[in-house]
Amino acid sequence: MASAPKEPVQFSGAGPLNAPISGVLTWVDQRFPLMSLWRDHLSQYYAPKNFNFWYFFGGLAMLVLVIQIATGIFLVMHYKPSAAEAFASVEYIMRDVPAGWFIRYMHSTGASAFFVVVYLHMFRGLMYGSYRQPRELIWIFGMMIYLCLMAEAFFGYLLPWGQMSFWGAQVIINLFDALPIIGPDLSTWIRGDFVISDATLNRFFAFHVIAIPLVLLGLVAAHIMALHEVGSNNPDGVEIKQHKDAKGIPLDGIPFHPYYTVKDLLGVVVFLFLFFMVVFFMPEMGGYFLEFNNFIPADSLKTPPNIAPVWYIKPYYSILRAITEDFMLILAIGVAAYSILIWLTARNQLVKLAAPAIGLVVIVLMKGGPLALEAKVWGVAMMGASTLIFFLLPWLDQSPVKSIRYKGPLFRTALSIFVIVFLVLGYYGTQTVTPAGTLISQIGTLIYFSFFLLMPWYSARDKTKPVPDRVTM
Amino acid sequence: MGKNMNKLKHLIAVLLLAPALALAAGTGVKLDHAPIDENDQASQQRGARHFVNYCLNCHSASYMRFNRLRDIGLTDQQILDNLVFTGVKVGDLMKVAMDPKDAKNWFGVTPPELSLIARSRASEAGSGADWLYTYLRSFYRDAERPTGWNNTVFPNVGMPHVMWELQGEQVMGEQKVQGAGFEKTEHVLKLDKPGKLSPVEYDRMVADLVNYLVFMAEPARSSRTTIGMFVLLALGLLFILAYALKKEYWKDVH
Repeated sequence: MASAPKEPVQFSGAGPLNAPISGVLTWVDQRFPLMSLWRDHLSQYYAPKNFNFWYFFGGLAMLVLVIQIATGIFLVMHYKPSAAEAFASVEYIMRDVPAGWFIRYMHSTGASAFFVVVYLHMFRGLMYGSYRQPRELIWIFGMMIYLCLMAEAFFGYLLPWGQMSFWGAQVIINLFDALPIIGPDLSTWIRGDFVISDATLNRFFAFHVIAIPLVLLGLVAAHIMALHEVGSNNPDGVEIKQHKDAKGIPLDGIPFHPYYTVKDLLGVVVFLFLFFMVVFFMPEMGGYFLEFNNFIPADSLKTPPNIAPVWYIKPYYSILRAITEDFMLILAIGVAAYSILIWLTARNQLVKLAAPAIGLVVIVLMKGGPLALEAKVWGVAMMGASTLIFFLLPWLDQSPVKSIRYKGPLFRTALSIFVIVFLVLGYYGTQTVTPAGTLISQIGTLIYFSFFLLMPWYSARDKTKPVPDRVTM
Repeated sequence: MGKNMNKLKHLIAVLLLAPALALAAGTGVKLDHAPIDENDQASQQRGARHFVNYCLNCHSASYMRFNRLRDIGLTDQQILDNLVFTGVKVGDLMKVAMDPKDAKNWFGVTPPELSLIARSRASEAGSGADWLYTYLRSFYRDAERPTGWNNTVFPNVGMPHVMWELQGEQVMGEQKVQGAGFEKTEHVLKLDKPGKLSPVEYDRMVADLVNYLVFMAEPARSSRTTIGMFVLLALGLLFILAYALKKEYWKDVH
């Protein structure tokens, strides 16, 4: 951490009333870096002054994390992680625990709200190039937080022990079953049983309330430490640290506290208004936040007609379902074309050789007769790849500028199409399988991956605009 | 370039329109809108009486306590006198004496738990209340079923028509309707033998019962919306303060 030289702590407004407080603070500060933490991260952390609407969502994600942990603690006081009692204990919370329904609705709405704010936060990063050098690690920690959130949501969704909890977990765990060789043993190991049972519920509870939250908190700390080390990006994508005054303070920077604390407070109030509108007036959100089928206790003998995962993983679920046996040929052609593209354009000799070789192996595994893996396996692989591919963004984007404000029409169009495709894939994840739906999901899958995989070419060839020296308001 | 942009626009249009096309392809029985008023306690109280008389013999509501009926304006004594027939305490859960295994033998299926039925029956076709309101009015005579009853909303349902004495007996009839350029036959339910209640009275009774089931699925609902109004009002006031605070601090930032 950037250690400022230790100087005697100064407090403004020293008066008779402040003397005891200042005394206590001095006592603490001689033993713990309280004031320097306060300065480094709040009162003398200089953030660009031109943050816009999109910069509310990082702070809001922290707020939702706190809501989830606080409400989660109270839920655990009454919830029973056992297959025989779980469903009834949730209804006990909803009916007999004072304000239990309030705590539970905050937690269930919070889960969805978490993904809403995190998706908007990620979209901000995509727009303004917040993942670009020197912020690659911030992006990577952020992506790890996102993966942890999905794991946290998945483990948590089993706990109410309703029909959707049970069958949703069944579908996801069976994905691991599709993996070659280790699949069946792996899925049994995850369940702790041959079917989803009490043992599964207990271990999911352990992961949901202890393991994942611990990792999540550590990652959030790393995310913020990395951010405060290099400083925040901004909608113009210019580095404010390049223009400092005589004291070394960025000319376009303002102290996070009080400027952004009061601004974020405003964002928090607006967010809470919307959040509590859902909590108090539409906690089910038309079946998207609380699925109707989940008001029926889990029944291993009754498969629901349409098992749909919760809304926030639906785009990936669509990609999983898009990979059918007929689609493998098109995928193989896509891999071949991509290998040729790399071979034609790569300057590095190693890359020039490796691309066709790796491409050939993938094509054989896709379409190579007896050597080919099942489409099901590829579905799982593509679903995994569709989340993991975000990690590569800092190196895929070869544009000379960071922010969408100065990027050219190619990148702007690509990002717009990507967002539309993400939403359309999400929509088809909610629907039962139809030929038209599958076709659209397949086209969507191709576009989804093209956005990332073709980025080194279209971002480098784009007509960018000149970037200003200083931020614009 | 212009041609490409046009293609692109076309693609975006197709992708955006696609969900609408898929939605149009959906099918299902059309549900009647349940004419219920969730603030009408008299209706909920009548519904509670119908519930203990007609439903609670086979179906349990084992997450619901009898004394929660205080929320719809009853006193403990009124509940004990009018709604508790099994000698249980007023704070007990609405359990059912029937053994689930016997029930499965008799009906082919264990009668479902009803505490949450008004929430779990909701779907894209309509609310849980709409489903229940339509279902309870859609039984008809069917000699091929073991119970002698079938249902248009829930085909081959295990439950016989418990309230047949009140509604009377419906049969599946046919009627000719004018289709697109040709006549077609539609199946419609017709009242064959009238019951003790007129169709309007029966609909009213079912609506009361459904109103109660909606209350039972989430007893906290009315306090939820009341508290919600205050919370949103408080946040609205806080917004004014937060906005003024932000404006004051930021007035020097250019």
